[in-house]
Amino acid sequence: MNEAIIELAKVSAAYNGELALQEVSLTVQRGEFLAIVGPNGSGKTTLLKVVLGLLRPLAGRVRVFGRPPWQLGTERWRIGYVPQVHQADLRFPVNAYQTVLMGRYGQLGLFHRPGPRDRAAAEQALERVALSELAQHPIGKLSGGQRQRVYLARALVAQPELLLLDEPTTGVDPGASESFYELLSSLHAEGLTIVLISHDVGVVAQQVDQVACLNRRLIVHGRPQEVLSSEALAQMYGCEAVLFLHGRVPHIVVERPEENRS
Amino acid sequence: MEIFQYAFMQRALLAGVLIGAICAVIGVYMVLRGLAFLGAGIAHASFGGVALGFLLKINPLLSAIVFCLATAWGIGYTARKGQIKEDVAIGILFASTLALGILIIGLMPSYNVDLFGYLFGSILAVTPFDLLLTAGLGVGVLLTVALFYKELLYISFDPEMAQASGLPVSRLYFLLLGLIAITVVISLKVVGILLVTALLVTPAAAAYQLTQDIRTMMFLAVLLGVGAAVGGVLLSYVLNTASGATIVLLSTLSFFLAASLSPQRRRARRRDMSG
Repeated sequence: MNEAIIELAKVSAAYNGELALQEVSLTVQRGEFLAIVGPNGSGKTTLLKVVLGLLRPLAGRVRVFGRPPWQLGTERWRIGYVPQVHQADLRFPVNAYQTVLMGRYGQLGLFHRPGPRDRAAAEQALERVALSELAQHPIGKLSGGQRQRVYLARALVAQPELLLLDEPTTGVDPGASESFYELLSSLHAEGLTIVLISHDVGVVAQQVDQVACLNRRLIVHGRPQEVLSSEALAQMYGCEAVLFLHGRVPHIVVERPEENRS
Repeated sequence: MEIFQYAFMQRALLAGVLIGAICAVIGVYMVLRGLAFLGAGIAHASFGGVALGFLLKINPLLSAIVFCLATAWGIGYTARKGQIKEDVAIGILFASTLALGILIIGLMPSYNVDLFGYLFGSILAVTPFDLLLTAGLGVGVLLTVALFYKELLYISFDPEMAQASGLPVSRLYFLLLGLIAITVVISLKVVGILLVTALLVTPAAAAYQLTQDIRTMMFLAVLLGVGAAVGGVLLSYVLNTASGATIVLLSTLSFFLAASLSPQRRRARRRDMSG
């Protein structure tokens, strides 16, 4: 059942006036779990924004579910999105449940209030991320890991077919981070297509089945073991880097890092 | 109570209830989105609009509405374009619209005493037409907020997510700017150009200290806003003080009370003591 969900062909895009993506071609099939890795400023977030339809590319062809993503219209619910951590105000007076319910707003349309089906979906999504007991907790009172699970539930509440995550475990402690990735793994096992951005090459290597290395251009794309060779990493980071896969946590050794400063 | 028998007092109190409630509701969005400075900017811009009304011999509130809407959307447009930061755009328009007002006033043959009432608010100045305008527009503002409740909530909480889920974020932002502009204008007569920001922001900020639930926050803000407006109008009559200033100071008092009662602060203090 090969069905391309995301198709990028020679896509170039600028963000804040700077060229962030250059001729990137990438296809994501249904059921894939892809991690996009790369150094800061390598265009990872820009790539997600293009896929979401928030940013129009300067050149190239973008198709998500066979259509340009900015023309998805009412089918936008098919994409779930977990943005970078710092986006929302932590003192905003809403609780976990209300936050998750917002994930249904896009489908509801103007002037429609959430109904019983939306509320049931929100409760179900919270249950899926094991946070039912904290439903009434203000968003600011949750730990970093719990908050990320709330945002994951908000992305899942519309029952999307594609899930995009932008550095979902930044600032989350290692234990909570690990259980977050386990959650993603089980979602993937249920058939959800997932694209995850991370700057942490080591962690993603264990979880995903595809890795794409990005540094404005797409350096390499394939299975983790093949991709995360020293050659690809060296090209991506612009210096010598070696990935050691031993024990549970892979390590990267970067040599001559001072030459990478820019 | 004899003071309730005067028609002007009845109008002032009614206007106080209306603007106390409307300012509080709009103020909640301003506090949550960090738009307090924008409110101040629009309020100062209204001076230009009021002066224009005097010059053209039309009701100053009507000209102020047009003027304030144009200013609010102008600020929004420049900020959206991204060439100038929002606070810089406000800073420029803030002063220039005020300057325009001063210039227009200077051009007029006779000095208009009414102007003082617009700057600092005056309960005596609320005419039946003003009250009608306030009621009509005020109900319009509240209805719009009720209709777009979930959209305004989402764009205030997380604009990027709201956009990603397909909401017309840009148009909703301009809607919110328009609502702020209209609220500013209908509050002018009672609290005045220079003080209206306080009535917008203070009750919402006080409510923010007391709760972490948005509906409770709205409810408390309305309660505090109406309380300050009505209390201020009555107190200003009894003490013979300026209505706008009395309302604002009463509101400020409620803010400090709320801040001292804030559950968050109490917890923070306890943490400080234990750690």
